[in-house]
Amino acid sequence: MLKIKKGGVHPQDEKKSTAGKKIEFLPVPSRLFIPLRQHIGEPAVPVVKVGDIVKKGQMIAESPDGRGTPVHSSTSGKVAETGNCMHPIYGLSPCIVIESDGLDEWQENLLTERSYENINVPELIDIIFKNGIVGMGGAAFPTHIKLSPPKDKKIDMLIVNGAECEPYLTSDYRMMIEFPDEIIKGILIVMKILNINKCFIGIEDNKPEAIRLMTEKCKGTPIQVAELETRYPQGAEKMMIKVITGREVPSGKLPMDVGCVVQNVSTLKAVTDAVEKNIPLIERVVTVAGKTVQSPKNLMVRIGSTFKDMFEYCGGFSGKNGKIIMGGPMMGMAQVNVDSAVIKAASGIVAIAEDDVDYQTERACIRCGRCVEACTMGLRPNILSILSEKGQHQTAQTDYDLMDCVECGCCYYVCPARRTIVHYIRQSKAKNSMLRAASKTGSK
Amino acid sequence: MDPKDNSVNKQTPERLIVTSSPHVHDTESVTKIMWIVNLALLPAVIFSVINFGLPALITMLICIIGSVACEAAVQYWRKKEITVRDGSAVLTGLLLAMCLPAGIPWYIPLIGSFAAIGIAKHTMGGLGHNVFNPAHIGRAFVMASYPVAMTTWAVTRIGMKGDFAGAMSKISSLDAVTGATPLGILKQQGYRALVDSFGGQAAMYKSLLIGNRGGSLGETSAILLLLGGFVLIAKKYIKWQVPVVMIGTVGLLTWILGGKVDGKVVLFTGDPILHMISGGLIIGAFFMATDMVTTPMTTKGQILFAAGCGVITVLIRLYGGYPEGVCYSILLMNAFTPLIDRYIFPKKFGSIPEPARR
Ligand code: SF4
Ligand code: SF4
Repeated sequence: MLKIKKGGVHPQDEKKSTAGKKIEFLPVPSRLFIPLRQHIGEPAVPVVKVGDIVKKGQMIAESPDGRGTPVHSSTSGKVAETGNCMHPIYGLSPCIVIESDGLDEWQENLLTERSYENINVPELIDIIFKNGIVGMGGAAFPTHIKLSPPKDKKIDMLIVNGAECEPYLTSDYRMMIEFPDEIIKGILIVMKILNINKCFIGIEDNKPEAIRLMTEKCKGTPIQVAELETRYPQGAEKMMIKVITGREVPSGKLPMDVGCVVQNVSTLKAVTDAVEKNIPLIERVVTVAGKTVQSPKNLMVRIGSTFKDMFEYCGGFSGKNGKIIMGGPMMGMAQVNVDSAVIKAASGIVAIAEDDVDYQTERACIRCGRCVEACTMGLRPNILSILSEKGQHQTAQTDYDLMDCVECGCCYYVCPARRTIVHYIRQSKAKNSMLRAASKTGSK
Repeated sequence: MDPKDNSVNKQTPERLIVTSSPHVHDTESVTKIMWIVNLALLPAVIFSVINFGLPALITMLICIIGSVACEAAVQYWRKKEITVRDGSAVLTGLLLAMCLPAGIPWYIPLIGSFAAIGIAKHTMGGLGHNVFNPAHIGRAFVMASYPVAMTTWAVTRIGMKGDFAGAMSKISSLDAVTGATPLGILKQQGYRALVDSFGGQAAMYKSLLIGNRGGSLGETSAILLLLGGFVLIAKKYIKWQVPVVMIGTVGLLTWILGGKVDGKVVLFTGDPILHMISGGLIIGAFFMATDMVTTPMTTKGQILFAAGCGVITVLIRLYGGYPEGVCYSILLMNAFTPLIDRYIFPKKFGSIPEPARR
């Protein structure tokens, strides 16, 4: 078993309520709010207008420069409106509203049957791009870009992230249990694209069933399963690379700088669907969990369904909610309301009961050093938080490695003074990037 | 919702809390930590009350009430949130009391607690900002002001020969007799005289461990203090390395340097056990050198801190003017804490050279 060498925390995993349940299909809602920002960067540009009839899988927004990803209609129907809807990360932001006609008809020329072996690499990358695939683990980085590293970066290993170290979330776990063949096919496709023959699937040891199944399915392939200690943030890219290969991504660099590409299991399933069946990314598995959710589930959800649709399908709430979070409770985004639409990177939505929200007020740092010990990046979070409080954001960056923080939240999790360290760090980062932007325009 | 925002769906009005991640926390808090440290001291506290009787209890109450009142007053005056319920002022009071002799005139503990809380803690900005351990500043303050009262040791009720039952029957009589601490006897009269005063080496160790001998309130029961220390280690509030290194350093150095034959130092003949279990070393090593606020943040830094405390303690005990040096050693090392933290910190992730690749 492989372990994180320094730091990390072990929050209650809370996965019991959904881990054993088969993925269910959420009925297609009558109105889908499909956000145009499905990836890091600029939103996609609409290619349909209000009143157009669209089919399921039809492209409704494109990425003209190829640095983003196109967006597809998740069902068949009519473009009812365009405007702003609640995006789980960016708040009100552009979206296209599709009014379902209830037929759920595929666009023709999709659903082909083909084998990746007969398709050459540039074409594979193009297929992945055209089908709008992004990292589904949470980062939403366009997959076709990740799979075409610059020539000078020699990639020798694919690492598949099945750690799912966030509490509550079981969507990746269910993917591994229910779609192991698709995931492995996806791995082989990516290995062909990158022209490598080494791959590890990292799975935490609190998912023995997934480890067993994947090990069995990997027999006869060059893919190996790596059993990881259950410890947050095991699923963070840099941690996973370090734990499995011993390589440390240098500060400010990317996984490809140490020859690795990391992909999430759900993304790989989407890659298989895109390549072998020409199905664009229009649905994903989302864990709906939390104490107040009547019957927590894993749902196969069309992109653009709202959180409300999903909670209603899960029987509504049994008590008062304090927070609704997209993603896991360690790194997820707190939502303003339940109208947010599901995006491609939404691995789960978690309801936290009002009583369970931590209301303790923050106080001065008592220098206990627990955060320093918990930080897997080897930073001094307490000093970062204090500098931010004092407004010394530049010092934080130049002397205390502000930019190396991955915002994993371990430091806040252990802080007895309940300092919202991650929030302070985000503030510093934002202030510094504003400063940088200002100095750029100033020097012009 | 603002009608101009051209949002396409009607927003559900619902009161949700929106904060930065993370949204979960472990169960620790400053308050919990402080009260558990207080609790860990409790066995030793109860024992010293049995041991020294009512005067001990009164000294403790004065210290605790003085500390809490002082903290509340300062925070009220500075219009800050009053945080006396977090247990940190109580802890300071208790630790201060443990550094004082029983039966000391009532105003001395009071002055001590004002020095501890008012000067050492709140002039620096309150909990978390103080550089020096408040309880030890309080003690050093009254030590400098009232040297005689501070070295007038009450004899324990249990008696030097350790007759527990007899002691319990004497509980009503409150005659605190002036006696000397073992380290005081050692300093003034030498090792032989000390052993003789207990009637043998084994008897001496036993009585030091159990606590029936002269000294300040918290110097007296090594075993019960150890018990509290183990609780703190088990709860991960303190690191085992700190007391082990500090006590170990004292033991090692006193073994090497502490032995005297006919007034001349002979190396490697000292009595490490005597030094390790006497004086304020145990309480200092488990409860003061591990104080979160005034010691380094990293384990490595804390080990260095503990070793420094050990060395200074031995220097004072063997070569200084005082028989006991734990308090000053910790205060001196507190002053080095910022320096240690400046140079000892974790290695940043991504700073190791890239391993060779095929
Ligand atoms: S959020 Fe940043 S500072 Fe805090 S533990 Fe994670 S990497 Fe370290
Ligand atoms: S965990 Fe909190 S109280 Fe402890 S050193 Fe870090 S910021 Fe300070």
